[in-house]
Amino acid sequence: MQFPDVACGAQEHLLLLGESGTGKTTLLHLLAGMLRPSAGSIVIDNQEITNLSSRALDRFRGARIGIVFQTAHFVHSLTVEDNLTLPQFLAGKTSDKQRARDLLERMNLANKLTRRPSELSIGEQQRVAIARALMNNPAILLADEPTSALDDKNANHVIDLLEAEARNTGASLIIVTHDQRLKDRFEKRVTL
Amino acid sequence: MNLFRIARKNIGAKPLNTVLSLMLLAFGVGIISLLFIVEDKLQDQFDRNIRDIDMVLGAKGSPLQLILANVYHIDVPTGNISRREAEKIMKHPYIESAIPMAYGDNYEMYRIVGTTEAYPAHYGATLQEGRMFDAPYSASIGAEVAKTLGLKLGDHFFSAHGLTDGTDVHADQQFTIVGIFAPTGTVIDQLILTPMESVWGVHEAEAAEREEDPSDEITAVLLTKKNPLAVVMMPNLLKETNMQIALPSIEINRLQSNFGIGMATLRALAILIMLISFVSVFISLYNSLKERKYELALMRTMGATRFTLFALILLEGMLLTALGTLIGLGLSRVGLLALGDQLKAKFRYDIVDMGMLPGEWLLVIITIFVGILASLLPAITAVRIDISKTLADA
Repeated sequence: MQFPDVACGAQEHLLLLGESGTGKTTLLHLLAGMLRPSAGSIVIDNQEITNLSSRALDRFRGARIGIVFQTAHFVHSLTVEDNLTLPQFLAGKTSDKQRARDLLERMNLANKLTRRPSELSIGEQQRVAIARALMNNPAILLADEPTSALDDKNANHVIDLLEAEARNTGASLIIVTHDQRLKDRFEKRVTL
Repeated sequence: MNLFRIARKNIGAKPLNTVLSLMLLAFGVGIISLLFIVEDKLQDQFDRNIRDIDMVLGAKGSPLQLILANVYHIDVPTGNISRREAEKIMKHPYIESAIPMAYGDNYEMYRIVGTTEAYPAHYGATLQEGRMFDAPYSASIGAEVAKTLGLKLGDHFFSAHGLTDGTDVHADQQFTIVGIFAPTGTVIDQLILTPMESVWGVHEAEAAEREEDPSDEITAVLLTKKNPLAVVMMPNLLKETNMQIALPSIEINRLQSNFGIGMATLRALAILIMLISFVSVFISLYNSLKERKYELALMRTMGATRFTLFALILLEGMLLTALGTLIGLGLSRVGLLALGDQLKAKFRYDIVDMGMLPGEWLLVIITIFVGILASLLPAITAVRIDISKTLADA
Protein backbone atom coordinates (compact mmCIF):
# COMPACT_ATOMS: atom_id res chain seq x y z
CA MET A 1 0.00 0.00 0.00
CA GLN A 2 1.28 3.46 -0.94
CA PHE A 3 0.22 6.94 0.13
CA PRO A 4 0.88 10.31 -1.43
CA ASP A 5 2.93 12.90 0.46
CA VAL A 6 0.66 14.75 2.84
CA ALA A 7 1.51 17.85 4.85
CA CYS A 8 -0.47 19.61 7.55
CA GLY A 9 0.98 22.73 9.19
CA ALA A 10 0.69 23.69 12.80
CA GLN A 11 -2.93 24.42 13.74
CA GLU A 12 -4.08 23.63 10.19
CA HIS A 13 -7.13 21.46 9.52
CA LEU A 14 -6.83 18.75 6.90
CA LEU A 15 -9.37 16.31 5.48
CA LEU A 16 -8.21 12.98 4.06
CA LEU A 17 -10.97 11.61 1.85
CA GLY A 18 -11.03 8.06 0.57
CA GLU A 19 -13.46 5.30 -0.38
CA SER A 20 -13.35 2.10 1.64
CA GLY A 21 -10.40 -0.06 0.73
CA THR A 22 -8.11 2.89 0.06
CA GLY A 23 -6.29 2.31 3.34
CA LYS A 24 -7.74 5.23 5.31
CA THR A 25 -7.47 3.50 8.68
CA THR A 26 -4.00 2.21 7.84
CA LEU A 27 -2.89 5.75 7.10
CA LEU A 28 -4.39 7.02 10.35
CA HIS A 29 -2.65 4.25 12.31
CA LEU A 30 0.63 5.11 10.56
CA LEU A 31 0.22 8.78 11.48
CA ALA A 32 -0.56 7.80 15.06
CA GLY A 33 2.51 5.62 15.31
CA MET A 34 0.38 2.54 15.88
CA LEU A 35 1.82 0.93 12.74
CA ARG A 36 5.30 1.25 11.32
CA PRO A 37 5.68 2.04 7.61
CA SER A 38 7.99 -0.20 5.54
CA ALA A 39 9.36 2.90 3.84
CA GLY A 40 8.98 6.63 4.05
CA SER A 41 8.95 9.16 6.81
CA ILE A 42 6.44 10.63 9.27
CA VAL A 43 7.30 13.85 11.10
CA ILE A 44 5.09 15.18 13.87
CA ASP A 45 5.93 18.31 15.83
CA ASN A 46 9.46 18.22 14.34
CA GLN A 47 9.94 14.64 15.52
CA GLU A 48 10.63 11.86 13.05
CA ILE A 49 8.56 9.05 14.58
CA THR A 50 9.43 6.11 12.31
CA ASN A 51 12.75 5.44 14.01
CA LEU A 52 11.61 5.82 17.62
CA SER A 53 11.83 2.77 19.87
CA SER A 54 8.54 1.08 20.79
CA ARG A 55 8.65 2.57 24.26
CA ALA A 56 9.58 6.07 23.10
CA LEU A 57 6.85 5.89 20.47
CA ASP A 58 4.25 4.97 23.13
CA ARG A 59 5.38 7.93 25.21
CA PHE A 60 5.42 10.32 22.26
CA ARG A 61 1.97 9.19 21.16
CA GLY A 62 0.60 9.70 24.65
CA ALA A 63 2.07 13.17 24.99
CA ARG A 64 1.69 14.67 21.50
CA ILE A 65 -1.03 12.80 19.61
CA GLY A 66 -4.76 12.76 20.37
CA ILE A 67 -6.82 10.12 18.59
CA VAL A 68 -10.61 9.93 18.15
CA PHE A 69 -11.64 6.49 16.92
CA GLN A 70 -14.66 5.62 14.83
CA THR A 71 -16.29 3.93 17.79
CA ALA A 72 -15.58 5.27 21.23
CA HIS A 73 -13.84 2.85 23.58
CA PHE A 74 -13.28 3.36 27.27
CA VAL A 75 -11.86 1.59 30.28
CA HIS A 76 -15.23 0.36 31.44
CA SER A 77 -14.45 -0.03 35.10
CA LEU A 78 -13.55 3.67 35.41
CA THR A 79 -15.83 6.71 35.60
CA VAL A 80 -15.91 9.41 32.91
CA GLU A 81 -13.62 11.56 35.05
CA ASP A 82 -11.12 8.75 35.56
CA ASN A 83 -11.21 7.95 31.85
CA LEU A 84 -10.30 11.57 31.17
CA THR A 85 -7.42 11.72 33.65
CA LEU A 86 -6.16 8.31 32.48
CA PRO A 87 -4.22 9.73 29.46
CA GLN A 88 -2.44 12.15 31.78
CA PHE A 89 -1.38 9.33 34.06
CA LEU A 90 -0.36 7.06 31.17
CA ALA A 91 1.68 9.84 29.55
CA GLY A 92 3.41 10.39 32.88
CA LYS A 93 1.87 13.79 33.57
CA THR A 94 0.33 14.98 36.80
CA SER A 95 -3.41 14.55 36.87
CA ASP A 96 -5.30 17.79 36.17
CA LYS A 97 -8.95 17.29 37.08
CA GLN A 98 -9.74 20.91 36.25
CA ARG A 99 -8.84 20.32 32.60
CA ALA A 100 -11.21 17.33 32.57
CA ARG A 101 -14.03 19.46 34.02
CA ASP A 102 -13.40 22.34 31.63
CA LEU A 103 -13.46 20.09 28.59
CA LEU A 104 -16.64 18.32 29.73
CA GLU A 105 -18.21 21.71 30.40
CA ARG A 106 -17.55 22.75 26.82
CA MET A 107 -18.98 19.45 25.59
CA ASN A 108 -22.12 20.06 27.64
CA LEU A 109 -21.40 16.95 29.70
CA ALA A 110 -20.44 18.52 33.02
CA ASN A 111 -23.07 16.47 34.85
CA LYS A 112 -21.68 13.15 33.57
CA LEU A 113 -18.38 13.36 35.43
CA THR A 114 -19.05 10.50 37.84
CA ARG A 115 -20.95 8.28 35.40
CA ARG A 116 -19.66 5.12 33.78
CA PRO A 117 -19.06 5.53 30.03
CA SER A 118 -21.52 2.69 29.36
CA GLU A 119 -24.31 4.77 30.91
CA LEU A 120 -23.88 7.48 28.26
CA SER A 121 -25.55 7.68 24.83
CA ILE A 122 -23.42 6.99 21.74
CA GLY A 123 -23.28 10.72 20.94
CA GLU A 124 -22.22 11.57 24.48
CA GLN A 125 -19.61 8.83 24.40
CA GLN A 126 -18.12 10.28 21.25
CA ARG A 127 -17.88 13.74 22.83
CA VAL A 128 -16.15 12.27 25.89
CA ALA A 129 -13.75 10.51 23.50
CA ILE A 130 -12.96 13.88 21.87
CA ALA A 131 -12.41 15.45 25.29
CA ARG A 132 -10.08 12.58 26.19
CA ALA A 133 -8.04 13.05 23.00
CA LEU A 134 -7.47 16.67 24.01
CA MET A 135 -6.57 16.08 27.66
CA ASN A 136 -2.80 16.16 27.09
CA ASN A 137 -2.84 19.26 24.80
CA PRO A 138 -1.67 17.23 21.79
CA ALA A 139 0.17 18.78 18.87
CA ILE A 140 -2.10 16.89 16.53
CA LEU A 141 -5.64 15.57 16.78
CA LEU A 142 -6.44 12.57 14.56
CA ALA A 143 -10.06 11.59 13.91
CA ASP A 144 -11.12 8.35 12.18
CA GLU A 145 -14.54 8.57 10.50
CA PRO A 146 -16.01 10.72 13.26
CA THR A 147 -19.28 11.34 11.38
CA SER A 148 -20.01 8.15 9.47
CA ALA A 149 -22.73 7.00 11.87
CA LEU A 150 -24.37 10.41 12.33
CA ASP A 151 -27.16 12.32 10.56
CA ASP A 152 -26.43 15.68 8.89
CA LYS A 153 -27.20 17.77 11.94
CA ASN A 154 -25.11 15.75 14.35
CA ALA A 155 -22.32 15.31 11.83
CA ASN A 156 -22.03 19.09 11.49
CA HIS A 157 -22.10 19.45 15.25
CA VAL A 158 -19.23 16.98 15.76
CA ILE A 159 -17.10 18.64 13.08
CA ASP A 160 -17.78 22.05 14.65
CA LEU A 161 -16.72 20.67 17.96
CA LEU A 162 -13.53 19.06 16.60
CA GLU A 163 -12.54 22.26 14.81
CA ALA A 164 -13.31 24.50 17.77
CA GLU A 165 -11.49 22.34 20.27
CA ALA A 166 -8.48 21.81 18.01
CA ARG A 167 -8.27 25.59 17.71
CA ASN A 168 -8.73 25.98 21.46
CA THR A 169 -5.92 23.57 22.18
CA GLY A 170 -3.72 24.85 19.41
CA ALA A 171 -3.57 21.42 17.76
CA SER A 172 -3.50 20.51 14.10
CA LEU A 173 -6.54 18.49 13.04
CA ILE A 174 -6.55 15.62 10.55
CA ILE A 175 -9.82 13.88 9.79
CA VAL A 176 -9.82 10.65 7.80
CA THR A 177 -13.20 9.83 6.26
CA HIS A 178 -15.19 8.59 3.29
CA ASP A 179 -18.04 10.97 4.23
CA GLN A 180 -18.53 13.19 1.16
CA ARG A 181 -20.65 15.62 3.23
CA LEU A 182 -17.48 16.98 4.82
CA LYS A 183 -15.82 17.79 1.49
CA ASP A 184 -17.02 21.38 1.35
CA ARG A 185 -16.24 22.18 4.96
CA PHE A 186 -12.46 21.93 4.58
CA GLU A 187 -10.25 24.04 2.42
CA LYS A 188 -7.31 21.67 2.70
CA ARG A 189 -8.16 18.18 1.62
CA VAL A 190 -6.42 15.23 0.00
CA THR A 191 -8.20 12.46 -1.81
CA LEU A 192 -6.58 9.06 -1.47
CA MET B 1 -4.98 8.10 39.14
CA ASN B 2 -2.44 5.33 39.38
CA LEU B 3 -1.95 1.77 38.23
CA PHE B 4 -3.11 0.37 41.55
CA ARG B 5 -6.38 2.27 41.30
CA ILE B 6 -7.02 0.95 37.78
CA ALA B 7 -6.22 -2.61 38.93
CA ARG B 8 -8.54 -2.26 41.91
CA LYS B 9 -11.40 -0.91 39.76
CA ASN B 10 -10.91 -3.66 37.20
CA ILE B 11 -11.15 -6.35 39.87
CA GLY B 12 -14.22 -4.68 41.34
CA ALA B 13 -15.86 -4.50 37.91
CA LYS B 14 -16.13 -8.33 37.82
CA PRO B 15 -17.60 -9.10 41.23
CA LEU B 16 -18.66 -12.69 40.51
CA ASN B 17 -15.33 -13.83 39.09
CA THR B 18 -13.53 -12.00 41.86
CA VAL B 19 -15.63 -13.54 44.62
CA LEU B 20 -15.09 -17.04 43.22
CA SER B 21 -11.32 -16.61 43.08
CA LEU B 22 -11.21 -15.03 46.51
CA MET B 23 -13.37 -17.74 48.09
CA LEU B 24 -11.25 -20.56 46.72
CA LEU B 25 -8.02 -18.88 47.73
CA ALA B 26 -9.30 -17.95 51.17
CA PHE B 27 -10.43 -21.53 51.89
CA GLY B 28 -7.17 -23.03 50.71
CA VAL B 29 -5.03 -20.63 52.67
CA GLY B 30 -7.38 -20.78 55.67
CA ILE B 31 -7.27 -24.57 56.00
CA ILE B 32 -3.50 -24.78 55.58
CA SER B 33 -2.86 -22.00 58.06
CA LEU B 34 -5.25 -23.54 60.58
CA LEU B 35 -3.43 -26.87 60.23
CA PHE B 36 -0.13 -25.12 60.79
CA ILE B 37 -1.35 -23.47 63.97
CA VAL B 38 -3.03 -26.54 65.45
CA GLU B 39 -0.03 -28.75 64.72
CA ASP B 40 2.32 -26.19 66.13
CA LYS B 41 0.35 -25.68 69.33
CA LEU B 42 -0.26 -29.38 69.93
CA GLN B 43 3.39 -30.16 69.30
CA ASP B 44 4.30 -27.42 71.72
CA GLN B 45 1.96 -28.83 74.36
CA PHE B 46 3.23 -32.35 73.81
CA ASP B 47 6.85 -31.30 74.09
CA ARG B 48 6.38 -29.07 77.09
CA ASN B 49 4.60 -31.73 79.10
CA ILE B 50 6.96 -34.56 78.29
CA ARG B 51 9.89 -32.46 79.42
CA ASP B 52 12.38 -34.95 80.87
CA ILE B 53 10.00 -37.75 81.64
CA ASP B 54 11.61 -40.82 80.11
CA MET B 55 9.19 -43.45 81.30
CA VAL B 56 5.85 -43.76 83.02
CA LEU B 57 5.20 -46.65 85.32
CA GLY B 58 1.56 -47.67 85.72
CA ALA B 59 -0.98 -50.45 85.52
CA LYS B 60 -0.95 -52.76 82.49
CA GLY B 61 -3.14 -51.66 79.62
CA SER B 62 -2.72 -49.43 76.64
CA PRO B 63 0.69 -47.73 76.85
CA LEU B 64 -0.71 -44.73 74.97
CA GLN B 65 -3.53 -44.44 77.48
CA LEU B 66 -0.99 -44.61 80.30
CA ILE B 67 0.87 -41.66 78.80
CA LEU B 68 -2.22 -39.62 77.96
CA ALA B 69 -3.61 -40.16 81.44
CA ASN B 70 -0.50 -39.55 83.50
CA VAL B 71 1.56 -37.09 81.50
CA TYR B 72 -1.18 -35.03 79.86
CA HIS B 73 -4.17 -35.80 82.09
CA ILE B 74 -6.51 -36.10 79.11
CA ASP B 75 -7.39 -39.79 79.45
CA VAL B 76 -8.43 -41.98 82.37
CA PRO B 77 -5.71 -44.07 84.04
CA THR B 78 -5.22 -47.73 83.18
CA GLY B 79 -5.76 -48.71 86.83
CA ASN B 80 -3.92 -48.63 90.14
CA ILE B 81 -0.64 -50.23 91.10
CA SER B 82 0.86 -51.28 94.41
CA ARG B 83 3.02 -48.64 96.02
CA ARG B 84 5.26 -51.26 97.57
CA GLU B 85 5.91 -52.88 94.21
CA ALA B 86 6.37 -49.52 92.51
CA GLU B 87 8.91 -48.46 95.11
CA LYS B 88 11.18 -51.31 94.09
CA ILE B 89 11.39 -49.76 90.66
CA MET B 90 11.62 -46.20 91.98
CA LYS B 91 14.64 -47.11 94.04
CA HIS B 92 16.35 -49.04 91.28
CA PRO B 93 19.93 -47.80 90.69
CA TYR B 94 19.20 -47.12 87.00
CA ILE B 95 16.52 -44.59 87.95
CA GLU B 96 17.48 -40.97 88.49
CA SER B 97 14.24 -39.60 89.89
CA ALA B 98 10.70 -40.80 90.42
CA ILE B 99 7.50 -38.83 91.00
CA PRO B 100 4.59 -40.89 92.33
CA MET B 101 1.01 -39.85 91.65
CA ALA B 102 -2.28 -41.05 93.13
CA TYR B 103 -5.55 -39.70 91.85
CA GLY B 104 -9.10 -40.57 90.96
CA ASP B 105 -11.16 -37.63 92.15
CA ASN B 106 -11.95 -34.23 90.77
CA TYR B 107 -13.30 -30.87 91.76
CA GLU B 108 -15.43 -29.22 89.08
CA MET B 109 -13.75 -31.52 86.51
CA TYR B 110 -10.25 -30.48 87.56
CA ARG B 111 -8.20 -33.47 88.70
CA ILE B 112 -7.07 -33.69 92.29
CA VAL B 113 -3.65 -35.30 92.10
CA GLY B 114 -1.92 -36.65 95.19
CA THR B 115 1.83 -36.33 94.68
CA THR B 116 5.02 -34.88 96.13
CA GLU B 117 6.67 -31.48 95.75
CA ALA B 118 8.87 -33.03 93.10
CA TYR B 119 5.95 -32.94 90.64
CA PRO B 120 5.47 -29.14 90.39
CA ALA B 121 9.24 -28.74 90.74
CA HIS B 122 9.76 -30.95 87.67
CA TYR B 123 7.77 -28.46 85.54
CA GLY B 124 9.45 -25.46 87.13
CA ALA B 125 6.17 -24.33 88.70
CA THR B 126 6.57 -21.56 91.22
CA LEU B 127 3.97 -20.35 93.69
CA GLN B 128 2.26 -17.10 92.87
CA GLU B 129 0.52 -16.97 96.23
CA GLY B 130 0.52 -19.00 99.42
CA ARG B 131 2.62 -22.09 100.01
CA MET B 132 3.22 -25.59 98.75
CA PHE B 133 0.69 -28.28 99.81
CA ASP B 134 2.18 -29.71 102.99
CA ALA B 135 -0.46 -31.39 105.12
CA PRO B 136 -3.27 -33.80 104.25
CA TYR B 137 -6.21 -31.94 102.66
CA SER B 138 -4.14 -28.88 101.87
CA ALA B 139 -4.08 -28.13 98.15
CA SER B 140 -1.99 -25.98 95.82
CA ILE B 141 -3.83 -25.30 92.59
CA GLY B 142 -2.81 -24.50 89.01
CA ALA B 143 -3.22 -21.01 87.58
CA GLU B 144 -5.92 -22.07 85.12
CA VAL B 145 -7.94 -23.80 87.84
CA ALA B 146 -7.80 -20.72 90.04
CA LYS B 147 -8.77 -18.44 87.17
CA THR B 148 -11.60 -20.53 85.77
CA LEU B 149 -13.19 -21.44 89.10
CA GLY B 150 -12.39 -18.11 90.76
CA LEU B 151 -10.69 -19.81 93.71
CA LYS B 152 -8.66 -17.90 96.29
CA LEU B 153 -6.31 -18.82 99.12
CA GLY B 154 -8.21 -20.20 102.10
CA ASP B 155 -11.16 -21.39 99.98
CA HIS B 156 -12.57 -24.83 100.82
CA PHE B 157 -13.98 -27.50 98.53
CA PHE B 158 -15.04 -31.15 98.55
CA SER B 159 -13.72 -33.63 96.06
CA ALA B 160 -16.05 -35.58 93.79
CA HIS B 161 -15.47 -39.23 92.96
CA GLY B 162 -14.14 -40.09 89.55
CA LEU B 163 -12.58 -37.92 86.90
CA THR B 164 -15.55 -37.00 84.79
CA ASP B 165 -18.57 -35.64 86.63
CA GLY B 166 -19.25 -34.10 90.01
CA THR B 167 -22.30 -36.00 91.18
CA ASP B 168 -20.82 -38.28 93.82
CA VAL B 169 -19.24 -35.90 96.34
CA HIS B 170 -17.04 -37.05 99.20
CA ALA B 171 -18.67 -34.84 101.81
CA ASP B 172 -16.67 -35.99 104.80
CA GLN B 173 -13.31 -34.46 103.98
CA GLN B 174 -12.81 -30.85 103.11
CA PHE B 175 -9.83 -29.53 101.16
CA THR B 176 -8.29 -26.11 101.85
CA ILE B 177 -6.44 -24.09 99.23
CA VAL B 178 -3.05 -23.08 100.61
CA GLY B 179 -1.25 -22.11 97.41
CA ILE B 180 -1.76 -21.00 93.80
CA PHE B 181 0.90 -21.68 91.16
CA ALA B 182 2.04 -19.12 88.62
CA PRO B 183 1.08 -20.07 85.02
CA THR B 184 3.56 -22.57 83.53
CA GLY B 185 2.03 -23.40 80.17
CA THR B 186 2.11 -27.05 81.23
CA VAL B 187 -0.34 -29.54 82.64
CA ILE B 188 0.29 -28.17 86.16
CA ASP B 189 -1.94 -25.19 85.28
CA GLN B 190 -4.89 -27.58 85.05
CA LEU B 191 -4.37 -29.59 88.21
CA ILE B 192 -5.15 -29.47 91.94
CA LEU B 193 -2.13 -30.85 93.82
CA THR B 194 -2.27 -32.30 97.29
CA PRO B 195 -0.22 -34.77 99.36
CA MET B 196 -0.92 -38.41 98.58
CA GLU B 197 -2.28 -38.90 102.08
CA SER B 198 -5.31 -36.76 101.16
CA VAL B 199 -6.20 -39.08 98.30
CA TRP B 200 -5.69 -42.18 100.40
CA GLY B 201 -7.72 -40.65 103.24
CA VAL B 202 -10.65 -39.87 101.04
CA HIS B 203 -10.84 -43.47 99.93
CA GLU B 204 -10.17 -45.06 103.31
CA ALA B 205 -13.76 -46.15 103.89
CA GLU B 206 -14.15 -47.79 100.46
CA ALA B 207 -10.84 -49.58 100.88
CA ALA B 208 -11.78 -50.79 104.34
CA GLU B 209 -14.83 -52.52 102.87
CA ARG B 210 -12.53 -54.34 100.47
CA GLU B 211 -10.03 -55.04 103.27
CA GLU B 212 -7.22 -53.22 101.49
CA ASP B 213 -4.75 -50.70 102.69
CA PRO B 214 -5.47 -47.55 100.67
CA SER B 215 -1.96 -46.23 101.21
CA ASP B 216 -0.68 -49.08 99.11
CA GLU B 217 -2.48 -47.78 96.03
CA ILE B 218 -0.97 -45.32 93.63
CA THR B 219 -1.86 -44.52 90.03
CA ALA B 220 1.45 -44.03 88.30
CA VAL B 221 5.07 -42.96 88.66
CA LEU B 222 6.89 -40.56 86.34
CA LEU B 223 10.48 -41.72 85.91
CA THR B 224 13.69 -40.24 84.60
CA LYS B 225 16.49 -42.69 83.93
CA LYS B 226 20.08 -42.55 85.03
CA ASN B 227 21.19 -45.32 82.74
CA PRO B 228 19.86 -45.84 79.21
CA LEU B 229 19.74 -49.57 79.92
CA ALA B 230 16.77 -48.89 82.21
CA VAL B 231 14.48 -48.86 79.18
CA VAL B 232 15.70 -52.26 78.02
CA MET B 233 15.71 -53.87 81.44
CA MET B 234 12.41 -52.64 82.88
CA PRO B 235 10.02 -54.90 80.96
CA ASN B 236 11.83 -57.94 82.43
CA LEU B 237 11.57 -56.59 85.95
CA LEU B 238 7.85 -56.02 85.52
CA LYS B 239 7.03 -59.37 83.98
CA GLU B 240 5.52 -60.90 87.10
CA THR B 241 3.61 -57.78 88.17
CA ASN B 242 0.47 -55.97 86.95
CA MET B 243 2.69 -53.04 86.04
CA GLN B 244 4.15 -51.79 82.76
CA ILE B 245 6.31 -48.93 81.65
CA ALA B 246 5.54 -46.73 78.66
CA LEU B 247 7.85 -44.28 76.90
CA PRO B 248 6.16 -40.94 76.27
CA SER B 249 8.31 -40.03 73.28
CA ILE B 250 7.53 -43.29 71.49
CA GLU B 251 3.82 -43.25 72.27
CA ILE B 252 3.45 -39.61 71.19
CA ASN B 253 5.35 -40.29 67.99
CA ARG B 254 3.01 -43.17 67.28
CA LEU B 255 0.01 -40.99 68.05
CA GLN B 256 1.27 -38.24 65.81
CA SER B 257 1.95 -40.55 62.91
CA ASN B 258 -1.67 -41.68 63.20
CA PHE B 259 -2.88 -38.10 63.39
CA GLY B 260 -0.44 -37.35 60.61
CA ILE B 261 -2.46 -39.31 58.04
CA GLY B 262 -5.51 -37.18 58.77
CA MET B 263 -3.47 -34.01 58.76
CA ALA B 264 -1.75 -34.97 55.49
CA THR B 265 -5.12 -35.70 53.85
CA LEU B 266 -6.46 -32.33 54.94
CA ARG B 267 -3.33 -30.60 53.75
CA ALA B 268 -3.49 -32.31 50.36
CA LEU B 269 -7.12 -31.21 50.06
CA ALA B 270 -6.23 -27.65 50.96
CA ILE B 271 -3.40 -27.58 48.42
CA LEU B 272 -5.82 -28.89 45.80
CA ILE B 273 -8.27 -26.10 46.64
CA MET B 274 -5.46 -23.59 46.32
CA LEU B 275 -4.40 -24.99 42.96
CA ILE B 276 -7.99 -24.68 41.74
CA SER B 277 -8.03 -21.13 43.01
CA PHE B 278 -4.92 -20.27 41.03
CA VAL B 279 -6.53 -21.76 37.93
CA SER B 280 -9.57 -19.63 38.71
CA VAL B 281 -7.43 -16.49 39.01
CA PHE B 282 -5.79 -17.39 35.73
CA ILE B 283 -9.08 -18.02 33.94
CA SER B 284 -10.73 -14.90 35.25
CA LEU B 285 -7.78 -12.73 34.19
CA TYR B 286 -7.54 -14.46 30.84
CA ASN B 287 -11.25 -14.14 30.11
CA SER B 288 -11.38 -10.52 31.13
CA LEU B 289 -8.43 -9.95 28.83
CA LYS B 290 -10.47 -11.05 25.84
CA GLU B 291 -13.16 -8.52 26.68
CA ARG B 292 -10.66 -5.84 27.56
CA LYS B 293 -8.45 -6.19 24.50
CA TYR B 294 -9.80 -2.91 23.10
CA GLU B 295 -9.30 -1.02 26.34
CA LEU B 296 -5.77 -2.28 26.63
CA ALA B 297 -4.96 -1.29 23.04
CA LEU B 298 -6.61 2.04 23.76
CA MET B 299 -4.41 2.54 26.78
CA ARG B 300 -1.42 2.03 24.52
CA THR B 301 -2.66 4.80 22.20
CA MET B 302 -2.81 7.06 25.23
CA GLY B 303 0.83 6.55 26.13
CA ALA B 304 0.85 3.27 28.06
CA THR B 305 3.92 1.17 27.22
CA ARG B 306 3.88 -2.59 26.88
CA PHE B 307 5.37 -2.72 30.33
CA THR B 308 2.51 -0.63 31.77
CA LEU B 309 0.00 -3.24 30.57
CA PHE B 310 2.17 -6.09 31.81
CA ALA B 311 2.41 -4.46 35.22
CA LEU B 312 -1.33 -3.75 35.31
CA ILE B 313 -2.35 -7.38 34.70
CA LEU B 314 0.27 -8.67 37.12
CA LEU B 315 -0.92 -6.19 39.72
CA GLU B 316 -4.51 -7.37 39.29
CA GLY B 317 -3.41 -10.97 39.84
CA MET B 318 -1.32 -10.06 42.86
CA LEU B 319 -4.11 -7.97 44.31
CA LEU B 320 -6.49 -10.92 44.00
CA THR B 321 -4.08 -13.38 45.60
CA ALA B 322 -3.03 -10.99 48.36
CA LEU B 323 -6.67 -10.25 49.20
CA GLY B 324 -7.55 -13.96 49.14
CA THR B 325 -4.58 -14.78 51.37
CA LEU B 326 -5.56 -12.07 53.82
CA ILE B 327 -9.15 -13.33 54.00
CA GLY B 328 -7.79 -16.89 54.40
CA LEU B 329 -5.61 -15.90 57.35
CA GLY B 330 -8.62 -14.13 58.88
CA LEU B 331 -10.71 -17.27 58.36
CA SER B 332 -8.12 -19.47 60.04
CA ARG B 333 -8.20 -17.14 63.08
CA VAL B 334 -11.97 -17.43 63.25
CA GLY B 335 -11.64 -21.21 62.93
CA LEU B 336 -8.99 -21.19 65.63
CA LEU B 337 -11.26 -19.34 68.03
CA ALA B 338 -14.05 -21.88 67.43
CA LEU B 339 -11.70 -24.86 67.66
CA GLY B 340 -9.84 -23.33 70.60
CA ASP B 341 -13.00 -23.14 72.67
CA GLN B 342 -13.74 -26.80 71.96
CA LEU B 343 -10.21 -27.95 72.73
CA LYS B 344 -10.20 -25.91 75.88
CA ALA B 345 -13.51 -27.36 77.03
CA LYS B 346 -12.41 -30.90 76.23
CA PHE B 347 -8.68 -31.02 76.95
CA ARG B 348 -8.18 -27.67 78.67
CA TYR B 349 -5.52 -26.84 76.10
CA ASP B 350 -5.21 -23.23 75.19
CA ILE B 351 -4.24 -23.03 71.52
CA VAL B 352 -5.63 -19.59 70.72
CA ASP B 353 -2.79 -17.37 69.58
CA MET B 354 -3.43 -14.76 66.93
CA GLY B 355 0.21 -14.25 66.00
CA MET B 356 1.70 -15.33 62.67
CA LEU B 357 3.76 -18.52 62.55
CA PRO B 358 6.90 -18.66 60.40
CA GLY B 359 5.17 -21.34 58.32
CA GLU B 360 2.35 -18.92 57.62
CA TRP B 361 4.71 -16.23 56.34
CA LEU B 362 6.13 -18.85 54.02
CA LEU B 363 2.59 -19.70 52.94
CA VAL B 364 1.91 -16.02 52.17
CA ILE B 365 5.09 -15.72 50.12
CA ILE B 366 4.42 -18.92 48.18
CA THR B 367 0.80 -17.96 47.54
CA ILE B 368 1.67 -14.54 46.18
CA PHE B 369 4.47 -16.03 44.11
CA VAL B 370 2.13 -18.61 42.53
CA GLY B 371 -0.41 -15.79 42.09
CA ILE B 372 2.18 -13.95 40.02
CA LEU B 373 2.82 -17.12 38.00
CA ALA B 374 -0.91 -17.47 37.32
CA SER B 375 -1.09 -13.88 36.04
CA LEU B 376 2.08 -14.15 33.98
CA LEU B 377 0.53 -15.67 30.86
CA PRO B 378 -2.38 -13.17 30.78
CA ALA B 379 0.15 -10.36 31.33
CA ILE B 380 2.30 -11.58 28.45
CA THR B 381 -0.80 -11.81 26.26
CA ALA B 382 -1.54 -8.17 27.12
CA VAL B 383 1.96 -7.21 26.07
CA ARG B 384 1.53 -8.92 22.70
CA ILE B 385 -1.68 -7.14 21.72
CA ASP B 386 -1.35 -5.65 18.24
CA ILE B 387 -2.92 -2.23 18.83
CA SER B 388 -3.46 -1.31 15.18
CA LYS B 389 -5.17 -4.59 14.34
CA THR B 390 -7.24 -4.63 17.52
CA LEU B 391 -8.55 -1.11 17.08
CA ALA B 392 -9.11 -1.49 13.31
CA ASP B 393 -11.33 -4.51 13.99
CA ALA B 394 -13.39 -2.57 16.49
